[in-house]
Amino acid sequence: MTASLAPQSSAQDSLASRFSAALWRSPRLLLLLLLAPPLLWLGVVYVGSLIALLAQSFFSFDDFTAQVTYELTLSTYAELFSPANFDIIKRTVTMAALVTIASAILAFPIAYYAARYAKGRWKAFFYLGVMLPLWSSYLVKIYAWKMILSKEGIVSWTADKLHLSWLLDAWLSLPVVGGNSLSVSATGTFLVFVYIWLPYMILPIQASLERVPANLIEASYDLGGGPSKTFRHVLLPLAMPGVAAGSIFTFSLTLGDYIIPGIIGTSRLFIGQAVYTQQGTAGNIPLAAAFSVVPVVIMAFYLWGAKKQGAFDAL
Amino acid sequence: MRSDKHNNAPFPLKLAATGGLLFLHLPLLLIFAYAFTTEDKSFQWPPPGFTTRWLAVTWARPDVWQALTLSLQVASIATAFALVLGTLCAAALSRARFFGQEAITLLVILPIALPGIVTGIALRSAFGMMQIPFSFWTIVLGHATFCIVVVYNNAVARFRRMSPSLVEASYDLGANGFQTFRHVILPNIGTALLAGGMLAFALSFDEVIVTTFTAGQQQTLPIWMLEELIRPHERPVTNVVAMAVVLVTLIPILGAYYLTRDGAETAGSGK
Repeated sequence: MTASLAPQSSAQDSLASRFSAALWRSPRLLLLLLLAPPLLWLGVVYVGSLIALLAQSFFSFDDFTAQVTYELTLSTYAELFSPANFDIIKRTVTMAALVTIASAILAFPIAYYAARYAKGRWKAFFYLGVMLPLWSSYLVKIYAWKMILSKEGIVSWTADKLHLSWLLDAWLSLPVVGGNSLSVSATGTFLVFVYIWLPYMILPIQASLERVPANLIEASYDLGGGPSKTFRHVLLPLAMPGVAAGSIFTFSLTLGDYIIPGIIGTSRLFIGQAVYTQQGTAGNIPLAAAFSVVPVVIMAFYLWGAKKQGAFDAL
Repeated sequence: MRSDKHNNAPFPLKLAATGGLLFLHLPLLLIFAYAFTTEDKSFQWPPPGFTTRWLAVTWARPDVWQALTLSLQVASIATAFALVLGTLCAAALSRARFFGQEAITLLVILPIALPGIVTGIALRSAFGMMQIPFSFWTIVLGHATFCIVVVYNNAVARFRRMSPSLVEASYDLGANGFQTFRHVILPNIGTALLAGGMLAFALSFDEVIVTTFTAGQQQTLPIWMLEELIRPHERPVTNVVAMAVVLVTLIPILGAYYLTRDGAETAGSGK
């Protein structure tokens, strides 16, 4: 049995050897073979889909027949600037900006402590302390906040125990940020966005602060700069690339999200929800496509600005 | 002149850092408390009493098991695709310098850099145009697309640390390309692939935005949860599922962390 198989397997061996020798002689061929499958997938399936989507946004939708008219036009983009639709864009961009600022403020102390003071076991503790919430289920995190912010939930209970219910009620009676309860208010949406994207801000800030040598801070103190001066003139400028890198995530993720404002928030729409309702119930694919181009364009400008801040060196 | 004062964190910084970490973790801990509450109509806090009854009720629910099975199947197959494609990309892009390289790197990152809703609606309208019916495979296709980058990131870092002379030595000793891959490259990048695979699995298992666009009638576990969040049927069951999901996602994250904690075991990294 072995005798009959041996020549065959050696022939296979030599075929494999000849093949790999050919690859060794021509690295270009190897490169092409390695890249062909992922490029077929990403370049054809994925980029093809994106181009198909972009193409749809240049068609228009007839409200009376509820049919897509396949003629090239910019009228769908013009629709984006109607007051109702433009409000959606303004609301989403404002929310994304506020969420980014709040995350940066919350993230900085955690990142700074982890980068400069945490050593050994504590370093690992901080790292996992950020990674675990980052990777925990997105929907479970939203669900947890629905519990926290509900009328009978832990926030109202805490406010009651601290005799601060009047403050909570006063806040909820405000026009834009308020609502019936925190879980159906813009404040609630904001809190959940900050919570869910915060780890994406901590990691790049920490990475950029790790590269600040400790003696730079000491030098600033020795030269008479107090904590606030050292922060403003030494730490913050050096951490800026990290903040910019983190803000790419918080800004982009907020712009495109449609689940959080749908579950915790008011009935006022965000871009993501507009895309979802237009393509789903309304069947207006062109408008949905045009709406989904908005975050992409905003992010393109944002990335261009962030690149100037050196954000890509901090990723 | 080095003062020890500055090597201890000032109190406000400690307070802010601790507060931040608590803010990140308390909501997750709350999930555990609610999984055992006796209250089944509202999210009343503090829970009026504790019971383990809902664990048994959830265990007996076929829809939860179906959703879980589908999620595990999708995540396994999407991870397998991502492992192959991500490793190929990493092998090609880690050392070679060629025209269009940056464009390809961008292409790999794009599915995770663009908002999920753009990826989702793009795939959906492409399926619609090509008249592909929604199925198990359309979900896998969507997931694999954004899982590639996770595997790629882990693998490319390891490839760059691995000394190229290892591969040359293998060829000098008479091994062909396949033997070199099997006996030299694979053992060296193995843990990085395992870590990348685990993260890709976790990412796919949890994905909801792209899935809402690429799934037909089938429910993955996140889609099931989303339904419950929008139209609650039985809150206590959702609470228990939420707790189970938190526990299950812990495993791949801790696993990936321990596998990539120190890259010192990579052969030839000292060179």
